[in-house]
Amino acid sequence: MKTRNYLPLIGLGVLMVALHLLTVWTGTQYYLTQLTMSAYYGLVIIGLGVLMGYAGQISIGHAGFFAIGGYLAAALTTRNLEPFAQNWWVQLLDKAGVIVHGQDIYGLSQMTFTPWLACIVAVTTAGLVALVIGIPVLKLKGHYLAMATLGFGTIVYRIFLAMPYFGESDGITEVPGFDMLPFLTISGDMSHRVLNFYASWTLLIVGMLFLINLIGSRVGRALRSLHSSEEAAEASGINAGRFKLKVFVLSAIYAAVAGVLLTHYNGGIGPSEASMAKSVRYVALVAVGGMLNLWGTLIMGVGLTFLSLRGVFGSFDDAVFGTILILVMLFSPEGILGLKLRPLLRQLIIGGRA
Amino acid sequence: MSPKTSPANETMLELSGVHKRFGGLHAVNDVSFKVPTGSIKALIGPNGAGKTTLFNLIAGNLPVSEGSIHFCGQSIEGQKTYEIARMGMARTFQNIKLFHGMSALECVMVGRHSRSRSGFFAGMLSLPTTWKEEKAIRARSMELLDLLGIADLADTEATSLAFGQQRAVEMARALALEPKLILLDEPAAGLNIYETAEVARLISAIRDMGITVLLVEHDMSLVMDISDEIVVLSFGSKLAEDTPANIQQNEEVIKIYLGEDETV
Ligand SMILES: Nc1ncnc2c1ncn2[C@@H]1O[C@H](COP(=O)(O)OP(=O)(O)OP(=O)(O)O)[C@@H](O)[C@H]1O
Ligand SMILES: [Mg+2]
Repeated sequence: MKTRNYLPLIGLGVLMVALHLLTVWTGTQYYLTQLTMSAYYGLVIIGLGVLMGYAGQISIGHAGFFAIGGYLAAALTTRNLEPFAQNWWVQLLDKAGVIVHGQDIYGLSQMTFTPWLACIVAVTTAGLVALVIGIPVLKLKGHYLAMATLGFGTIVYRIFLAMPYFGESDGITEVPGFDMLPFLTISGDMSHRVLNFYASWTLLIVGMLFLINLIGSRVGRALRSLHSSEEAAEASGINAGRFKLKVFVLSAIYAAVAGVLLTHYNGGIGPSEASMAKSVRYVALVAVGGMLNLWGTLIMGVGLTFLSLRGVFGSFDDAVFGTILILVMLFSPEGILGLKLRPLLRQLIIGGRA
Repeated sequence: MSPKTSPANETMLELSGVHKRFGGLHAVNDVSFKVPTGSIKALIGPNGAGKTTLFNLIAGNLPVSEGSIHFCGQSIEGQKTYEIARMGMARTFQNIKLFHGMSALECVMVGRHSRSRSGFFAGMLSLPTTWKEEKAIRARSMELLDLLGIADLADTEATSLAFGQQRAVEMARALALEPKLILLDEPAAGLNIYETAEVARLISAIRDMGITVLLVEHDMSLVMDISDEIVVLSFGSKLAEDTPANIQQNEEVIKIYLGEDETV
């Protein structure tokens, strides 16, 4: 009997502590900032990894879900509700305790939503958007999700760039910290740095635990089966479209959660987070990690993101990830990937059927 | 002869005036027949007669062009393959379709899908209820591998098994669904005479479990031995429907089979 292997998760926990200690011993605690950010991006990447590796679908719009999470969290916790203070719904929400009263930088009184409410709204919105995209598209066999999410990503990017509410090209700044738990505030404040590092990595470990559980479960078995032969899977009573949809929504939620938390951590978000380059980067990181290997995806995802955040790739940053994607497809399109990317690419380029 | 569970006069599957056209090709032409509950019915005919196409229509993989199919008294029109499967119809494939990267046991466990229920979130959280169910799925799948005589291969990667063993895994996966009706597409193709005899014994055993069998097979001695009734298809049309003894005497059937032999 095969028992589920949780050892690598424990290993990841050990790595977390080791990384912290290493920065302490070498006096490089400033690395913790990028390590924290890498963990949040890692969450996006493992979520996308399950979608690509196990549901056999590609999303080229995951930066869009990340951005929906981040932007809504930012806007709802910074945009002043004072002008609407007399509206019944604001008063109702105020009574429910989900509105914060404070002062803006000019000392004027300000009302905003609590980060918790913003977080719930942001993540739910991302999940619902994924549902709306996924329901019609995932009924079709083939790689139509790639095209739909490509369109979605572009639209989201344009919306955030165009709307004054979302700060146009400046994005949103001055996003407050998120008092998530009594002892934990998600914020970039120096005094919270170590705790935030542990929080982000713990979240990554828990996110990974959920995915490993899922893959090893009845539903995971169904996913793996339809990846290999959809016909035989459906003949066994498996509703392929429904499982693909659920995985897609789950991966969108992972991306949105990462978006919310990273935005509070950074104290802001800009339109580049919603860009196509970011979406392509996520796909590249999953591809290079090997799609059927969630651990490879996680290691590559967190590792390369860390290097990128440290500025190792300089101004070629986006180009590096594009190149990685091309190289992976050229040299091991099926070997590492377990997913036929070439027909998809052909489909995207010439519009033919895969 | 009489099955244990249901009276023999009930109809498990009924095709009435079924047509299937692929563009200009009339692959299935006005085919009607019934499969009585608890029986073994065979579907024979030369290559390209439309047997597999008929299976694909019955299992909901293809929509019919005309006519109707009733399973357990219910029309399957508009039903998805997985819905029909859940109603209690299982099948094996002529060109074996096992799952890559899965052990033989796991393949059979997939077959238990519609007889188990642990959902997405229960799976993610690995709730204790899922452990219990998983154990039951595993135990039942193991029993089926044992029934098919390949329990010792449970942990071997399914697609790396020998041909006959792969067919056995497919059969176990289909049985795992606890079907009322099982569609077997050439279960003895590529098997030697000993394995074929084993398959014949197995199909009879399946029927004795109360499962109705619809069988496509080229091996005539197998078909004649175990079937209650035979439908002969030729170029998409039904040529004859009778008992094995009568089919063997049927002039037209002899002609198409002899005719086929001559051209070979
Ligand atoms: N999806 C399809 N599209 C077009 N033509 C098809 C399709 N499926 C089957 N056909 C054609 O329908 C005819 C019947 O094929 P089918 O596979 O049903 O025959 P069969 O009786 O199962 O033959 P065999 O004994 O070789 O398995 C053939 O001419 C085949 O080429
Ligand atoms: Mg056939």
